[in-house]
Amino acid sequence: MKTDELIAMLANGADAVEPNALGRRYATALGWGAIGATLLMIITLGVRPDFADAARLPMFWVKFAFVASVAAAGLVVAARLSRPGVRLGLSPLALVAPVLALWILAAVVLADALAAERTGLVLGQSWKACPFVIAGLSVPVFVAALWAMKGLAPTRLCLAGFAAGLLAGGVGATVYAFYCTEMAAPFLGVWYVLGMSIPAAVGAVIGPWVLRW
Amino acid sequence: MSASEDRLRDLLINGLAGDTSTYHAFLKELSAHLRAFLRVRLSRLPDEVEDLVQETLLAVHNQRHTYDAGQPLTAWVHAIARYKLIDLLRRRAGRDALTDPLDDDLHMFASSDAEAADARRDLARLLERLPDRQRLPIVHVKLEGLSVIETARMTGMSESAVKVGVHRGLKALAAMIRSNDENR
Repeated sequence: MKTDELIAMLANGADAVEPNALGRRYATALGWGAIGATLLMIITLGVRPDFADAARLPMFWVKFAFVASVAAAGLVVAARLSRPGVRLGLSPLALVAPVLALWILAAVVLADALAAERTGLVLGQSWKACPFVIAGLSVPVFVAALWAMKGLAPTRLCLAGFAAGLLAGGVGATVYAFYCTEMAAPFLGVWYVLGMSIPAAVGAVIGPWVLRW
Repeated sequence: MSASEDRLRDLLINGLAGDTSTYHAFLKELSAHLRAFLRVRLSRLPDEVEDLVQETLLAVHNQRHTYDAGQPLTAWVHAIARYKLIDLLRRRAGRDALTDPLDDDLHMFASSDAEAADARRDLARLLERLPDRQRLPIVHVKLEGLSVIETARMTGMSESAVKVGVHRGLKALAAMIRSNDENR
């Protein structure tokens, strides 16, 4: 087939493209992904029994703001990486900022605590399970985010997979925050960050394979 | 260059709104820029240029919904062409080591080359290998220029199945180009 024939073929019957394909695709992916993660948590874990009491504590909202802002920043970075020729600019800073802020808070908490309390602040009650539960709850959004990206056009596949993983980890951790009773900043700074990093690392590894177009 | 960019951008935006003759003009003009752009960067593989022009045009078409009107067209087209170029070099990497530097200059629309050489890969033959539910919609709508309604009546498919068949078929064609090259 000659190039002119290909051009004629591509142009023939090329209907109007619906605007904002990216927004619609990510909205669909996040909607289904978040529903999936919530159902997964309710079926496997349940909801925090003292949820109503916990919601009155400031630290509950600090924790919520932390994971939700990682998810939001992951979404911004993933969306930018889904379009050819869009620069990341300063958007990666939005990912770094919440983690840095939490680490500063954790350092203050640890410095304030008695030496005997510090281990408990870091390990909490659930450090062994926490990262894996977050990674598990991130699976629905991870699959959905990769589907969204696959239908767009990422050109930096390793980074794109990483961002999809962070978005998924952020949403997974946000959902988990409704169950998890850990409130100490040092705990969150280690195990939540680790939990959200697992899907990000997986995404960076599989991105070049699954996102090719 | 910027005059060329503005004009091409207008053509694409009208094309994305469903004006097929403007879209045709966009692809035609773009192909000349792509050819010049890729010819320089594939100077050691001149036989691959036209194949890659075709592959990139198909990619631009399949991914055209990712163009944002607020974005410079050069950056968008350049990123797609560069992605496809790197993909091609990577596919070939097993056979010969290529170390041509990929510079980042953005003067894509400064040069143009309307002389199409023959492509070595025949897309028409790849098209024949698609399943009927994708091949028939492409043949009738895209090659013969029938409407979706006429094609639906002719093939017994639903109208939405015809549209989906065209869309998925062209994506499958791009995937076949990739895997075909890897096995070549």
